[in-house]
Amino acid sequence: MSPGIDLQASFIELLEGFGLTPGVAKIVWMPLPMVVIVGAVTVLALVSTWLERKISAAAQQRIGPEYMGPFGMLVPVADVLKLLFKENMYPAKTDPLLFAVAPLLVFIPVFLSFLIVPFGQNLVITNLNIGIFLWVSLSSIAPIGLLMAGYSSNNKYSLLGGLRAAAQSISYEIPLALSILAVVMMSNSLSTIDIVNQQADYGILSWNVWRQPVGFVIFWIAALAECERLPFDLPEAEEELVAGYQTEYSAVKFMLFYAGSYANLVLSALLVAVLYLGGWEFPIPVSMIANWIGVSESTPWLQVITGTLGIVMTLFKAYLLLFLAILLRWTVPRVRIDQLLDLGWKFLLPVSLVNLLLTAGLKLAFPVAFGG
Amino acid sequence: MNLAEGVQLVSFLVLAAMMIGAALGVVLLSNIVYSAFLLGLVFVCIAGMYILLNAGFVAAAQVLIYVGAVNVLILFGIMLVNKRQDFTPVKNAWLGKAATAAVCVGLFALLSTMILATPWAISGAMPIGDEAIVEIGKHFFSDYLLPFELASVLLLMALIGAIVLARRDFLPDELLDRLPEQSDALTLPERPRELISGSKK
Repeated sequence: MSPGIDLQASFIELLEGFGLTPGVAKIVWMPLPMVVIVGAVTVLALVSTWLERKISAAAQQRIGPEYMGPFGMLVPVADVLKLLFKENMYPAKTDPLLFAVAPLLVFIPVFLSFLIVPFGQNLVITNLNIGIFLWVSLSSIAPIGLLMAGYSSNNKYSLLGGLRAAAQSISYEIPLALSILAVVMMSNSLSTIDIVNQQADYGILSWNVWRQPVGFVIFWIAALAECERLPFDLPEAEEELVAGYQTEYSAVKFMLFYAGSYANLVLSALLVAVLYLGGWEFPIPVSMIANWIGVSESTPWLQVITGTLGIVMTLFKAYLLLFLAILLRWTVPRVRIDQLLDLGWKFLLPVSLVNLLLTAGLKLAFPVAFGG
Repeated sequence: MNLAEGVQLVSFLVLAAMMIGAALGVVLLSNIVYSAFLLGLVFVCIAGMYILLNAGFVAAAQVLIYVGAVNVLILFGIMLVNKRQDFTPVKNAWLGKAATAAVCVGLFALLSTMILATPWAISGAMPIGDEAIVEIGKHFFSDYLLPFELASVLLLMALIGAIVLARRDFLPDELLDRLPEQSDALTLPERPRELISGSKK
C-alpha cells in the first residue's frame, strides 16, 4: 500500500523551510483542512439542492430552473442570499432561547461528522480510531434538536413533527449501527481509512457491497430514514404536518435546518461509498494500472493523479447514491407512521441481526474472504 | 507549560464550569423541559471529560447512550405527557427540602472524604489511547465476563418489562366494575382478555 501524498507533512516541511518551528507550523496547518471541509461541504450541499430541483423536474417532465446562471446553477446561491436577508423573527409565545438553539443542535453534529470522511489515504481531517462510531454517536444528537424545535415553536404540528422525528431516528439507529457492525467485523477496525483499505485489494471485486449485500440495503434504507428523505419523511410530511418541526422557522434558522438536512444526505451517501463501495478506490486498482504501464507507484505525477482520482471517485459514488435518493423521493409514496415503525422494528432489526450473525459465521468459516 | 497542556487545562475548566452550572440548572429550574435539555448538556460535558482523559471510545459511547437514547427518551416522555398543571404549594414544604438538602450535603461530604482519604494508586503508564477498544473488548470476554453478561440479562428484563407494559390494553373505567373477589395483587390494570385458544375464528 503506497502512502500517497501527505499534504500535512509537505506543508509543515515547507513552513519549516521558512524558519518556523515544527510546533508553530503544525498550528498553522491545523485550521486549514477544517475550513476547507466546511466550505466544501457547504458547496456539496448546495449542489445537491440544485440536483434535487433538476432531477425532480426531469422526473415530472418539466425543465426546472433555467435562467439563473447556466442550467439554473445559481438558484442555490440565490436561495442562500434570500434566506440571509430575511427578517429574523420569533412567532408569538415561542421559547426564544430553545427556538434559537435547536437549528444549531441539528446543524453542528452533521458538520462535525465530516471529521471522519476520507477522500484518500491521507485526505481526511483525522484518522480517528473510533471513526465510524463517532458518526453513529453524533447522529444521535440531532433528534434532541428536532424535539427542541418542535417544543419551542408553540405549534401543534411542530411538536408532532419533533416527536415523530425522535421516534423515527431512535428506531432506525439500531439497524444502521448493526449493519455498520457487520462491516467493522470484517475489517477489524472502526477507522474509515482501514475500512476502505480492506476493500482495496482486487478493485471492484473486493468492495464490501458483494460481501454485505443485505447490510448495504439495510444501511441505505436506515440512512434514508435518518435523513428524513421521502419514503420516510414523516417528521415534515407536508400534507399532514405543514412542514413538521420547521413550520415556524424562517430566515437563517430555517437555512440551518435546510443546509443541515442536505449536508446529512451528502454525508450518508459518502459513508455508503466508504463502507460498501470502496471509498476512494478506482474500480481497477491504481497500483495494478501503474504496473501495466510500467510506472513506479512513487512517481510524483502518478501520486497527484491518484489523489485527484480518489477525490473524484468518492464524490462520483456519493453523487450516484444521491441521484438514487432524489429519484426515490420523487417516485416512491410516503409510508405511514405505523408502517415505518413496523419496518424498522419488525423487519430491519431482525434481518440486520441475522446479517451480523451470518457475517460472524462466514468470518470464522472463510477468513480469507471475510477478513480473518 | 506547552500549548497542548494549556489547551487541556482551559478545556477542563470550561467543561467543569459548564457541567456544574448545567447540573445545578437541572435541579433548580422549575420548568421540567429545561431540566431535561440541561441534562443532555451535562452528559455532553461528561463526554468531553472522557476525551480529556484519552478515552475517546467511552466518550462516543456516552454521547450515543446517554444523549442519544436516555435523554431523548426522557424528553419524549415529557413531551408526550406535557400535562400543564399548576403546582399547589404544600404546607411546611421547607421541612422536606431541608431534609433533602441535609442528606445531599451529607452524601457529598462522605464521598469527598472518601475520595480524599483513599490512597489512589495512579498508574504512571502512558494512556492507552487508540488501542483502548481492543483492550475493552478483551476485558469484556475474560475477567469482566460476568458483569457483562449480567448487564445483558438486566437489559433483557427491562426489554420484556417494557413490552408487557406497552402491550396491555388499559381501560380506566373497567377498573370500577371489576369483580371484588378477583385478586389483583400481582396483575396490571387492563382489559380482561380471552386466551388465544379460547377465542373463536
